Amino acid sequence: MNGLAVQTPYTVPVGMMDALQITLLVLVAAGATAVVLIRAPVRQVLMLSTYGVLLAVLFLAFQAPDVTLSELTVGAVLLPAVLLLTLAKVRKKEQ
Amino acid sequence: MTPRQRRWIFLVAGAGLVAFYLWGLLGLPGFGRYPGPYGPAILRVVVAQTNATGVVSAINFDYRGFDTVGEEFILFVAAAGVATVLRRLRGERDRPAVDEAADRDVPDTSSAVRMVALLSVGPVVLAGWWLASHAQTNPSGGFQGGVMLATAFVLIYLSGEFLVFKRFSPVDLTDVVEAVGAAGFAAIGVSAVAMGLPYLKNYLPLGQVPGAVSSSGTIALISFFVGIEVAAAFILIVGELLDQTLLIRRYSSGRGG
Repeated sequence: MNGLAVQTPYTVPVGMMDALQITLLVLVAAGATAVVLIRAPVRQVLMLSTYGVLLAVLFLAFQAPDVTLSELTVGAVLLPAVLLLTLAKVRKKEQ
Repeated sequence: MTPRQRRWIFLVAGAGLVAFYLWGLLGLPGFGRYPGPYGPAILRVVVAQTNATGVVSAINFDYRGFDTVGEEFILFVAAAGVATVLRRLRGERDRPAVDEAADRDVPDTSSAVRMVALLSVGPVVLAGWWLASHAQTNPSGGFQGGVMLATAFVLIYLSGEFLVFKRFSPVDLTDVVEAVGAAGFAAIGVSAVAMGLPYLKNYLPLGQVPGAVSSSGTIALISFFVGIEVAAAFILIVGELLDQTLLIRRYSSGRGG
C-alpha cells in the first residue's frame, strides 16, 4: 500500500500481497468471532486452536516470522492443550 | 437496577468507547508507515555492532535484554505458581484415573496416531533445538525453540503412556533445568557487571562472520538459556496438568472424583 515492491529474492506483486493480507485479516476476524460464539467448551477450544493457526499465518504475511513461530507453538498447540486438560479434569469432577 | 437502566448505561458507555476508538484510529500512521526513529536506527547498526543477522533476537537479547530478563522471570514465576497451586493437597493422593463414564465408548489411541506422534518426536526435537540455537542467524529464538522442545514431550505422551512421559521428564530434573535456564540468563548479565560493564553488556567475542552460528557473543548464549528455561517451564506446566487429570484424586469421594 506504500507503493514499494516487497524486496525478496523472488518478486511478489504488491497487489497480490495486499489481497493476501486483506483475506487473512477477514479470516482472523471471522475466526475470533467464531471462538466467541461457539458455546460448547471442547469445540470452542478446537476453534481457538484453528484461530491460532490463522493468526500465525497472518503474522507471516505481515513479515513477522518470529512472532509466527511463537503464535504457532503457544496459540495453536500449548494453550489448547492446557485448556483441554483442564476441561477433562473439571468434567470428571462434575460426574 | 432495572434492565432498562442497564441498557442505557451500556449505550452511553458503548457510544463513548466507539467515539474514542475512532478518534484513536484517525491518529494512527498510514498502513506500513512506521514513524519512529528507533527501527531504522537499529537496522542500520545492528549487524555491524553484534554480528547477528537475526535482528529480532539481537534486540531481544542485547539492546533490550533487560526487558527480556523480566519476561523470562514472568514465565518462571508462572510455572512455579502452577506447580504450587496444583501440588498434592492434604486429602489427595495419587491414584490412576478410573473410567467414570464406563458406558461411553472411548476408542483406544489408534496405532496411526501413535506412529505419527512417535515419528514426529525426533524431527520436533531437532527443529526445536535448531530454533533455540540459531537465534543469532535467523528469526528463531530461545522462546520458540523451547516451546517446540516441550511439545516433543507432549508427543511422547500422545504416542505412548503417561508414565513414559513422566519417566522422560522427571519433575526434579525439569525443576533444575528451568532454574539453570532462568539463572543462566541473569548470571550472564551479572558477570558483565562483575567485569565493570553495564548489566547484560555483550562482552563475548562477536566472531568474524555476520550470521554465523558462532557469532554474536552473548546473544547466542542467552538464547540457549532461554530455550532450556522455556522448554522446562512448559514441560512442568503440562506435566502438572496431566498429573491433575490422570492421577490425583481425593480420599473422601467413593470412586474418586
